[in-house]
Amino acid sequence: MTTEVRREVIYRHSGAVRVTHWVNVVCLLVLLMSGLQIFNAHPALYFGAKSTFDDPVMAMRAMKQGEQIVGLTTVAGWNIDTTNLFGLAYAPDGDYEVRGFPWSVTLPGHRDLSTGRRWHFFFAWLFVINGLIYLIYSFVSGHLTRDLAPSGSELKHIGASIWEHLRLRFPQGEEAKRYNVLQKLAYLFVALVLLPLMLATGLAMSPGMDAGYPFLLDFFGGRQSARAIHFIAASGIVLFVVVHLVMVLISGVWNNLRSMVTGRYVIKLPEG
Amino acid sequence: MSAKPKVDRRGFLARGLAIAGASLLGGCDSELSEQPWVKRILDSAEALTRVTQRALISPTALAREYSEADISKEFKANGSTDPDDEGYKAHAANGFADWKLKVGGLVGQPLELSLPDLRAMPARTQITRHDCVEGWSCIGKWTGVPLKALLDKAGIQPSARYIVFYCADDLGQTGDDSGKYYESVGLQDAFHPQTILAYEMNGAALPIPHGAPLRLRVERQLGYKMAKYVMRIEAVDGIAGIHGGRGGFWEDLGYEWYAGI
Repeated sequence: MTTEVRREVIYRHSGAVRVTHWVNVVCLLVLLMSGLQIFNAHPALYFGAKSTFDDPVMAMRAMKQGEQIVGLTTVAGWNIDTTNLFGLAYAPDGDYEVRGFPWSVTLPGHRDLSTGRRWHFFFAWLFVINGLIYLIYSFVSGHLTRDLAPSGSELKHIGASIWEHLRLRFPQGEEAKRYNVLQKLAYLFVALVLLPLMLATGLAMSPGMDAGYPFLLDFFGGRQSARAIHFIAASGIVLFVVVHLVMVLISGVWNNLRSMVTGRYVIKLPEG
Repeated sequence: MSAKPKVDRRGFLARGLAIAGASLLGGCDSELSEQPWVKRILDSAEALTRVTQRALISPTALAREYSEADISKEFKANGSTDPDDEGYKAHAANGFADWKLKVGGLVGQPLELSLPDLRAMPARTQITRHDCVEGWSCIGKWTGVPLKALLDKAGIQPSARYIVFYCADDLGQTGDDSGKYYESVGLQDAFHPQTILAYEMNGAALPIPHGAPLRLRVERQLGYKMAKYVMRIEAVDGIAGIHGGRGGFWEDLGYEWYAGI
């Protein structure tokens, strides 16, 4: 039995969502790469107010192992050999250099903390302004409650949605006109938790802000904790982006891209 | 480095992937960062940050002070740790007994103060966190004379806008005095109660790696503002004419003059 399919074009993303989405893409990419440049100036993380240099929670180091130099990444007491990548990273000339993250993922590529900071703080401002525009728009226009807040019944059937995602089956027809519950929760978590957390932990690393707003230190458990949480939350955003891109690719890449550029999204509905 | 790094297949694959994925940006950014127009645009954020933080943070807000138990067992000494200057070495050799801090510039009464003179002035002790621009933090106890007390004693003139600190260490290693460390702060930070010239660290005379005989503490900014080996202080109406013109050794190399973030 064959079913006739009717194509319906819907207007999926408003102009504000599309513009802030792409500005955010640029901001997050620059913030990530310049952030790794800044991290490389002292590639180790600690919890608490201060650095305990001989006992980091996480560190990327180059160490001598017999006759060899290896790159070691230490995470909570575990040593992982990350030669070529972290600690002892590949260099642009094919050689190796002692640094946390390799040149190809930092901004600038060569070691330059002051320039990394300039990129980071400029794009941090852009990210904050863009994020505020998005949040204000989402509240005022109803985007937040209409498109992003999951309903009670959606939350009840979250198990089924996870199962369908695991089998890479995506909603079709009428169901595809709105975000599914996993999408809603993921977007809400990123927009309302992870990204604001990046800003708050970033501010908690500022000695000026710490003097004016000492609760920043209490809330995150100290400046070095804030730095570690900044790194962990950034990793969470990277993880989200990877999953997001995979989903975009396998659920109709051109349709998805078109909808985030022009706003128009094609839905296939059974005829009748 | 004579030892050979280990190369395995997994690392090689990951390396290839990383290069393929990131060379798009990584490859061209180094030149991009050098473009004058890019620098100008990026620089604009510094003024925005400074003005915003000045507006959001009360001029009298104090940096957090910690307890004795919080003091770092290992306090990292960064930058110069043993100045190579002949005059400095001579002072260090006799325990800074003949050393004198000079206070001049736009002041009513230029001063020359020995360590006992400084110790006889009002003192402040504070246990504070030192945040390096590299990302690490250490906690130490500092005792010294509030900069305000010194400036009041010298009587700064109304036209003074900045306080400049000239240091003994030649971090730039340029062969002449142009590479010598220096720093500057505005009057708000100069008169802040926690801004002190410390002669003691953790209850003992300030050690040489940490800036003996005298180092600046500006607790609401990053570590590079806290000049070590301070020899001379000057009140000035502008910093444009001093060395690189950006107000400090690291500032001349591209770091922000306002180091509150």
